[in-house]
Amino acid sequence: MILALMSSNSFAIDASLHGFFQGNYSLSERSNPDGGDFKWAEERFQLKLDGVEEPFRLFIKTDAYFNHIDKKGDLEVREGYIDYTAKNWDLRIGRQVITWGLGDLLFINDVFPKDYEAFFSGRPLEYLKKGIDAVKLGTYPEAVSLELVVIPFFEPNRFPDSKRFWSYNPMLGIPLEEKEPVTNFKNTEIAMRLYRDISGFDASIYLYRGFFRQPSMRPDNFTMPARLTLFYPRLSVYGASLQGRALNGILSLEAGYYDSRQDRKGTDPVIPNSQTRFLIGYQKQVWEDFTIGLQYYGEYMHDYSEYIRSQPSQIPVARRLYQLTSIRLTQFLMHQNLRLSLFSFYSPSEGDYMLNPEIKYNFSDHLWAALGENIFGGGREGSRLGSLDRNDNLYIQLRYEF
Amino acid sequence: MRRFRTQDSGFKIFIICCLLSIFSFLSFDAIALTAEDIVKRSQEAFFYQGKDFKARVMMKLISKGGQERIRELTMLRKNYGDTGGEQKYFIYFFQPADVKDMTFMVYKYPARDDDRWLFIPALNMVRRIAAQDKRSSFVGSDFTYEDVSGRDIEDDRHEIIKEEKLSDKDCYVIKSTPKAGDVDYSYKISWIDKVNYLPLKEEYYDKKGELYKIFTADEMKDIKGFPTVTKRTMKNLQNGHMTEVVFIKVDYNIGIEDSLFSERYLRQPQRKWIE
Repeated sequence: MILALMSSNSFAIDASLHGFFQGNYSLSERSNPDGGDFKWAEERFQLKLDGVEEPFRLFIKTDAYFNHIDKKGDLEVREGYIDYTAKNWDLRIGRQVITWGLGDLLFINDVFPKDYEAFFSGRPLEYLKKGIDAVKLGTYPEAVSLELVVIPFFEPNRFPDSKRFWSYNPMLGIPLEEKEPVTNFKNTEIAMRLYRDISGFDASIYLYRGFFRQPSMRPDNFTMPARLTLFYPRLSVYGASLQGRALNGILSLEAGYYDSRQDRKGTDPVIPNSQTRFLIGYQKQVWEDFTIGLQYYGEYMHDYSEYIRSQPSQIPVARRLYQLTSIRLTQFLMHQNLRLSLFSFYSPSEGDYMLNPEIKYNFSDHLWAALGENIFGGGREGSRLGSLDRNDNLYIQLRYEF
Repeated sequence: MRRFRTQDSGFKIFIICCLLSIFSFLSFDAIALTAEDIVKRSQEAFFYQGKDFKARVMMKLISKGGQERIRELTMLRKNYGDTGGEQKYFIYFFQPADVKDMTFMVYKYPARDDDRWLFIPALNMVRRIAAQDKRSSFVGSDFTYEDVSGRDIEDDRHEIIKEEKLSDKDCYVIKSTPKAGDVDYSYKISWIDKVNYLPLKEEYYDKKGELYKIFTADEMKDIKGFPTVTKRTMKNLQNGHMTEVVFIKVDYNIGIEDSLFSERYLRQPQRKWIE
């Protein structure tokens, strides 16, 4: 640890530098579509600079990496923001990670961008979240706390790369054109969260106005497509969540109405219909250092008959209710230096699944390693986890932190 | 006047006699402190001193083979109610590196489960943590959550087994037996200082009646008039693991605001409290 304390007459910045060296390799159990053997293979160095001169704080988290798959290195500013903190409000300006909602790897009111490629290829969990360039205002009156996020620059989710991941894509090979929402006042995304305690429960209300972060694909012609356009339809989300102690554990309830603003009637075959998404979660400590987490998640499609009527014949139809369950088991051993965990997704509506067993050991206060496997399967053609069937991978993460 | 004075002095004597009898009754009561009273005073001295409390805590986890792990944190505590009542804790981690900047908040309630929240900075995420077992290890150390924030007095049957000196200090020796069967020890013997009621030593016996854990208060300091254990050790005799804890920068009655114990400051801890 390097602790720098710079001071002059009336000016004192309290600054610290931390970070890590990391090796992260994920071996494909079957060769990739491009013939490669790794889903991920890189060395990475992260530096976190944290400086405080109250009421301001500067935080910059930068990664430098070398990726062995593309054989190239680069710099990546993961986060970089300035905080201003007043008594009853605060402001954060710059690139930041925001996590809302109660789901464990399931997101309803967390409308911020995700990197699913990182998640499926065995990278550390923090790489699932992408930073956004935004302004966040927090106000904290007695009655209710409020977070307001204004995002001028659209950032889509990242999905598994088609060179490394096998996937279901009936349109593969057709030329693509991607159209992201242009940056202007009208396209500025707004996300708001109001929260407070209600008799021991953490209650939140969420509002979002912006875009789907998963693209929709519009062919120029449904029967003989020659050209595809990827675009991000307009979306609003209205949601709520509640979490607290119940049934000798922690109970989480979350729901959100996904208002598909460009297809409110549900007649456009390429834009998702409006949906209601909901989640019930339960977490319990069964014995010392062993916890179990269960989730049931659903997506209920509105205007289903319009959807069925408008679907082109060659594309598999989605069910009205998509269901997903998850189980997480975590056992700490050896004074919490060894962690054994198992996470699983299983969809009762699709019959597909994902399994992620992992073992993590802290060799010292600075060095840890994790070894795990991502296993996909089941379902039918085009189902979300089942279509990743041939992408099972074995990964290792090794990190020296300082 | 004289008559009156005589009457007056007689009245005085009467009052003095009354007071004396009250005092003697009080001191008699002090001698007849029950085991519960002693444990309660001990909890007050050990876990509830002051309106609020702050310390930089250095924990050294030492394995049988001598390998050391460090946990460094700032602990802030505020009382809401009397001894044995509700408390709120705010903890900020400095070390080890993989938990740096993590914060942890506990609302402790008597006779029911705590509310616990953890903030994970890498994901900017606040999570509630399931907390059914107060006998769970605190951050992997030999101390449990109860050792950090206190055990409900009603959870045990207490009895005074003797009074004796421990390193020149007069002590009550109390045996506390958990009423419930699902506790990791069958009973605990505590040496409680008769002057300041701090626990100087505790021995935990397992289900077979064998000694398996020993707590010792290794150093005491007087801080703002509050006798405080500034160095303590918990040793597990069965696996050879031990944890040494040193409190530095201890302070009491520093005026911690209620707003500290909120999601806002869990996500963005204030320097003035954590340094």
